[in-house]
Amino acid sequence: MPDGTAPLTPATADAAPSIREQRTEQPLYAGRIKVYPKKIGGTFRRLKWAVLTLCLGLYYVVPWLRWDRGPHAPNQAVLLDLPGHRGYFFDIEIWPQEIYFLAGLMILGALSLFLVSSLFGRLWCGYACPQTVWTDLFMWVERLIEGDRNARMKLDQLPWSLAKVARKVAKHFAWLVIAVATGGAWVMYYVDAPTATRAFFTGKASTELYFFVGLFTATTYILAGWAREQVCTYMCPWPRFQAAMFDEQTLTVTYRAWRGEKRGKHKTGDSWEGRGDCVDCRQCVMVCPTGIDIRDGQQMECIGCSLCIDACNGVMDKVGRPRGLIAFDTLIGASAPAAPVNWARRLLRPRVLVYAAMLLLVSAVVLTAFAMRTTVEVSVLRDRSPVFVTLSNGSIRNGYTFKILNKTREAHRYALDITGIGGAAINVVGADGVTPVGETVMLEAQPDAVATYRLYVAAPRPELAGESTPLHFHLTDLMTGSTAAYQSVFLGPKR
Amino acid sequence: MPTKIEKDEITGKATTGHEWDGVKELDTPLPKWWLYVFYATIVWSIGYYVLYPAWPSFSSYTTGALNYSARSDIARDLREQAQQRAPFVDRIRAASLEQIRSDPQLLGFTMAGGRSVFAENCAACHGSGGSGAKGFPNLADDDWLWGGDLEAIHTTIRTGIRSSHPDSRLSQMPRFGLDGMLTTAQINDVAEYVLSLSTIDTDKAATQRGTAIFSENCAVCHGDKGQGNLEVGAPNLSDKIWLYGGDKRSVTQIIANSRNGVMPAWADRLDEATIKMLAVYVHSLGGGR
Repeated sequence: MPDGTAPLTPATADAAPSIREQRTEQPLYAGRIKVYPKKIGGTFRRLKWAVLTLCLGLYYVVPWLRWDRGPHAPNQAVLLDLPGHRGYFFDIEIWPQEIYFLAGLMILGALSLFLVSSLFGRLWCGYACPQTVWTDLFMWVERLIEGDRNARMKLDQLPWSLAKVARKVAKHFAWLVIAVATGGAWVMYYVDAPTATRAFFTGKASTELYFFVGLFTATTYILAGWAREQVCTYMCPWPRFQAAMFDEQTLTVTYRAWRGEKRGKHKTGDSWEGRGDCVDCRQCVMVCPTGIDIRDGQQMECIGCSLCIDACNGVMDKVGRPRGLIAFDTLIGASAPAAPVNWARRLLRPRVLVYAAMLLLVSAVVLTAFAMRTTVEVSVLRDRSPVFVTLSNGSIRNGYTFKILNKTREAHRYALDITGIGGAAINVVGADGVTPVGETVMLEAQPDAVATYRLYVAAPRPELAGESTPLHFHLTDLMTGSTAAYQSVFLGPKR
Repeated sequence: MPTKIEKDEITGKATTGHEWDGVKELDTPLPKWWLYVFYATIVWSIGYYVLYPAWPSFSSYTTGALNYSARSDIARDLREQAQQRAPFVDRIRAASLEQIRSDPQLLGFTMAGGRSVFAENCAACHGSGGSGAKGFPNLADDDWLWGGDLEAIHTTIRTGIRSSHPDSRLSQMPRFGLDGMLTTAQINDVAEYVLSLSTIDTDKAATQRGTAIFSENCAVCHGDKGQGNLEVGAPNLSDKIWLYGGDKRSVTQIIANSRNGVMPAWADRLDEATIKMLAVYVHSLGGGR
């Protein structure tokens, strides 16, 4: 990207008023005031391009990664197979019963966001949020076709002509192409990417697929092309409640008023005595994607993208003043000259410690659960009606629905034992006769499937502890040796 | 009610006049596109009024251009469902009970259908899981009055027990007390004997006396060891399952006054395929032979 030492434009509010300055009246309903962000180069802009490339690259490429899982299984590395009830992530295969891992990931994501926000402010909003990333991409396309800020403003003021129509059509067409690619990539996470792409372009894809591509095309086009900063200001709840994670030690984009004021125009050779460093060039306003003036102080509209820092640093270099008039700093640090950074205060704040501790705790829980994950699981549902049955020999019988989740790609055989009640005998419904007491029951499960069995357990009445006796089911995979256990209960009559 | 509309010093904007504990609300204008979204919902609702039922009138309502009604939707769904089920129902009608049980597809259909028919017609007396109640046999245990194989269950459902059906299962236990066939002392003795069959502690002398009375009066139906007889629906008296209670008082009462439970015949109320489905379902409840 070209570096952003743009020529200084006349320093008047008329040339680059912020949205706040343009909104002079206070009507009941206000129309959107269009923002024309100016191109700028610099450290933060380069960082933004890097994050954008990474995010978009991952988003568009990941569905095309292949991962061999053997026959009868999809070979897409990352796939959320909704009809097949499976989630694939490289070597990990998640069943609907394990959806709590997904919940765990979301909680981790939220806690990470809280921690990062309390330390570094709106990094998410300014750099990684899809709304920011796609808006940035759309603005880049817009600049390629319609030119930079001044050219775009001029174009919009011109009466309609063939040239203007051509440019506008070209821009919207380019936007729509990106939007279709975005919507298309989204559905690729739910279906096999090569198959779906072929079906999409040959018109053989399902109505649902076309619908969802259309839906995400529309949202991308509208949100990144038309709505832009309106999403952050009016629709997104996050800017509203993230203030709860902020304090004076949180990094944020700030204008050092003590250094900048009193602002005013400056001619080469003029003295810097008795005035501030701000030359009121309004570059910071011109580059702002949400159209605010950072010198007005903390504002909800500020997404923390830091482009105004790039702009201001360029100007400071030109006029020969130190960089950092607008800086990524804490409110404490920005409020007074030469305040030394108290790292202990900045890092060891209660909210930082609490978020970090919660993050560690949840990570530990999720990782432990994941490490203890097995390829076989059992689930036991005790019959509720009838609760129990008295048999003619006086023993008590309970019915159970016994499910084996075989998460492997082969058919497996298992041995089932029960403990907890002496003399309890298992009868598998559909099998020949009752398995003698003390002998194991053999069960099978098909590859990548849930095997459901109906079991009757009959126990002599004197062996029961009372109305409810714990009953343990132990399942051993005869091929792998891995085990699964389930504690249920055996109900009987009152003593 | 807004009381003090004033200009906020910091932002230069007017407030709404609302104030909560010193926090004042700025009168920030709503974005116009938001308003347009609201207008769009109004336009949408007009389209809805035209297409769907919307406005009530005194005796009816506006039916809408699509002529939609949830009731006719359900009627159509039911018709379609009946059509989808028809081939299964035909196959069930033609198949034997054993064939139904050994065909996984038919069995799946039968179990689902049987469960709902059972809940509608049988659960009132026999309980939702067939667990029965005092006087209403438990269908999930291994004890049967008239037989627990598929055919026996099918016949019982079809013709009922002591019902008005011409082929109804019939039997009658005499009222030994009411009709003066046994004296009170004899009834007491035979009750002691009956209880002893289930290895319940009883009066040895009375049990001894009751043995002979049982052989003379009861063994014809209930068997010489009280093992019961499926042919006449005579309960097994030697097991641990009691239809009307297994205490002395209950047994004595039955011997004296008799009990003749009635189950209606379902042949006239349910069609043959449904009765077959019910039979297979009841057989699966846990006691099927």
